[in-house]
Amino acid sequence: MNLEFTDEELEFRGEVREFFAKDYPQDVIRKSEHWFELGKSDYVRAQKSLFEQGWAAPNWPVEYGGTGWTHTQRYIFLKEMGRCGAPWVIPFGLMMVAPVIYTFGSDEQKKRFLPDILSSDAWWCQGYSEPDAGSDLASLRTDAKLDGDHYVLNGSKMWTTMAQHADWIFCLVRTDGSGRKQQGITFLLIDMKSPGIEVRPVITVEGGHEVNEVIFDNVKVPIENRVGEEGKGWDYAKYLLTHERTMVADVGRSWYNLERLKRLSAQVDAGTGTLLDDQVFRRRITDVEIELIGLEYTELRILSETETGGAPGAESSILKIKGTEIQQAITELTFEAAGHSAFPYQKGRFYPDWSEKPIGPEFASVAAPRYFNFRKASIYGGSNEIQKNIIAKAVLGL
Amino acid sequence: MDFQFSEQQVLLRDTLSRFAREHYSFEQRRKMIDSSELQSAGHWRQLAELGLLGIPFAEADGGFGGNMIDIMVVMEEFGKALVVEPYLANIVLAGGVLRRVTDDAQRAELLAPLIDGGQMISLAYVEPRGRYDLSEVRTMAEKSDEGYVLNGQKIVVLNGSSADRIIVSARTSGVATDAEGISLFIVDAQAPGLTRNGYPTVDGFRAADIEFDGVKVAKSAVLGPIGQGLSLLEAAIDDAIIAIGAEGVGAMDFLNKTTVEYTKARKQFGVPIANFQVLQHRMVDMFIEREQTVSVLYWAAMVSALGGTETQKATSALKIQLGRATRFVGQQAVQLHGGMGIAEEGAVAHYFKRLSMIGQQFGNADFHASRYASLDALRQRDA
Repeated sequence: MNLEFTDEELEFRGEVREFFAKDYPQDVIRKSEHWFELGKSDYVRAQKSLFEQGWAAPNWPVEYGGTGWTHTQRYIFLKEMGRCGAPWVIPFGLMMVAPVIYTFGSDEQKKRFLPDILSSDAWWCQGYSEPDAGSDLASLRTDAKLDGDHYVLNGSKMWTTMAQHADWIFCLVRTDGSGRKQQGITFLLIDMKSPGIEVRPVITVEGGHEVNEVIFDNVKVPIENRVGEEGKGWDYAKYLLTHERTMVADVGRSWYNLERLKRLSAQVDAGTGTLLDDQVFRRRITDVEIELIGLEYTELRILSETETGGAPGAESSILKIKGTEIQQAITELTFEAAGHSAFPYQKGRFYPDWSEKPIGPEFASVAAPRYFNFRKASIYGGSNEIQKNIIAKAVLGL
Repeated sequence: MDFQFSEQQVLLRDTLSRFAREHYSFEQRRKMIDSSELQSAGHWRQLAELGLLGIPFAEADGGFGGNMIDIMVVMEEFGKALVVEPYLANIVLAGGVLRRVTDDAQRAELLAPLIDGGQMISLAYVEPRGRYDLSEVRTMAEKSDEGYVLNGQKIVVLNGSSADRIIVSARTSGVATDAEGISLFIVDAQAPGLTRNGYPTVDGFRAADIEFDGVKVAKSAVLGPIGQGLSLLEAAIDDAIIAIGAEGVGAMDFLNKTTVEYTKARKQFGVPIANFQVLQHRMVDMFIEREQTVSVLYWAAMVSALGGTETQKATSALKIQLGRATRFVGQQAVQLHGGMGIAEEGAVAHYFKRLSMIGQQFGNADFHASRYASLDALRQRDA
């Protein structure tokens, strides 16, 4: 047991730091630092810079364009990426559908889809939840009927993040309603330009447009866009969900936002001293910080087990639960740090092209909306209660 | 970076778990803590023979050259079985001071009998008014012709009544709460003017309050540089925090497993109470609290070799996490066991008691949150 990095690892860390300080788009980092909304082009530019560096897909096998990094290198990369203030990687293509395609897809599908995902030339979104299928995902009803060489799709997907930018959507659909609800689910890849698809914005609590309802009205999907076998979609979805869980910990970014919170609190005048000098407030920051240290090493322990042959098990649900609790706690404390200055509502603040002057301190103008918005974190990706059910069943044997 | 235990550490764990199985069934332990003599001398001799008393000491001093990861392995097993041998008092606390003393002859003389189990040494540093602040020292050491004369009072000296020698912190200059001017002395427990009032502790150990009334010690009794004893003391306490962190992790492991088993077996309303989601989620929360504690513990144990601010921050972080986790797991284990959780004849109550004490031993979470914040401010300033 030791925490030391080898010389090679230290050198690698230097390389990563230099990349993010120079080659990565600095304006994107600055926007992200100040919690401005990023536009599609911001994300694509940032992602393409990683692609050009050969670092777009640390989680992929080398043969498809992965980096071949050790878990320590991956950890260093993600931590440095988070700590420099860079935005998140839109996960739907690179981290969600790609592993399903290279694990269960046909050779044609791999050839057709993986290169564009790797280079961020195709934007993907995820069609999982439905108006009547949230935590009980397997009860989904979007109907797909095989008709010759294509499926005909009818139904709707809900809470589809950034579908407004998407070229493709991967969907769980029902091809058979006769058996257990987990059976009869099929995994389809669907071109968003297909006739019959409508994207309706769903404006979230803070006023931003992040999620959508995607409606399918007799949409034709070629049979070659089905991943794996018909009726096996649930297995692929479960595989994908474990991928999703290990990534939501987002430790590096939470460190960034926690240090930011301390920096901001040290600038807030609180009478006799700054807000950071306030023992009660400081204590609440410290409590979150300790949780974050715990999470960081919990993640490393899980990674270390997978490196030595183990599979990331249901323990990775801890990462989802703690990761999102911490993100929420930081947004909540940042909101509180804003005090009365959290009141002004400047709706344009949540859109990428915003250029007005903030009313009051800059951080305060987005503190409340970000806090409101982040209540999503304990709900998405399998609510935290569902994660607890998973641990109860799979780890504790209850 | 590596999170695997070495083969030796795995062996060490097996050895300890065998020791616990043989000597620490719940009934054996209960008899032990009910008798006025705490640990049986036999156990201590056995631990010495197994080489466990030499773990953290340098090979040159007759030890095994181990580190805090090894201590962590030992203490986690002790925690699982709620072992009440005075390992923390002798090896981690007194040993933690002694292994850092730079005088070779002094170290050789004091460590040999400690490692072979022939002598016990306790660390007397808590004072009635100090709470958790290590610099709050009012016991006075006045210079005399032959050495020093000690006057003052120490409380809750772990294993103090069985100790052959006592390491005591006393002020050679300055006033209470000054960081400077604290010196450490090694004193014979039978020295004239030293009186001990021994008692059992609520968690099954033993401790003593000790009065120093004109106790004379030679110049050679000073451990470390005169007036600079605080850093030695801090280092030993930081070790001890890692040790009880591991002990707590072991105890929580036992409680979590026991609670899951109990709820599966206990039927109410015609079903095992484990079927109720509210209880399932509670047990998941207990599981997560322990896992998070394990994580902070590993970090603290791994950075402990660095010393300095980083180690202090890590042990305070551990203490904050421990404070939260030991309270939660202890209380919820009792709650989920219902009446059986508060029955003295059941194991749960005893684990609950030890975990409760671990929560505030060497400073509770509030104390360490302040310490962590000031160390962090120091880091920010230096950055």
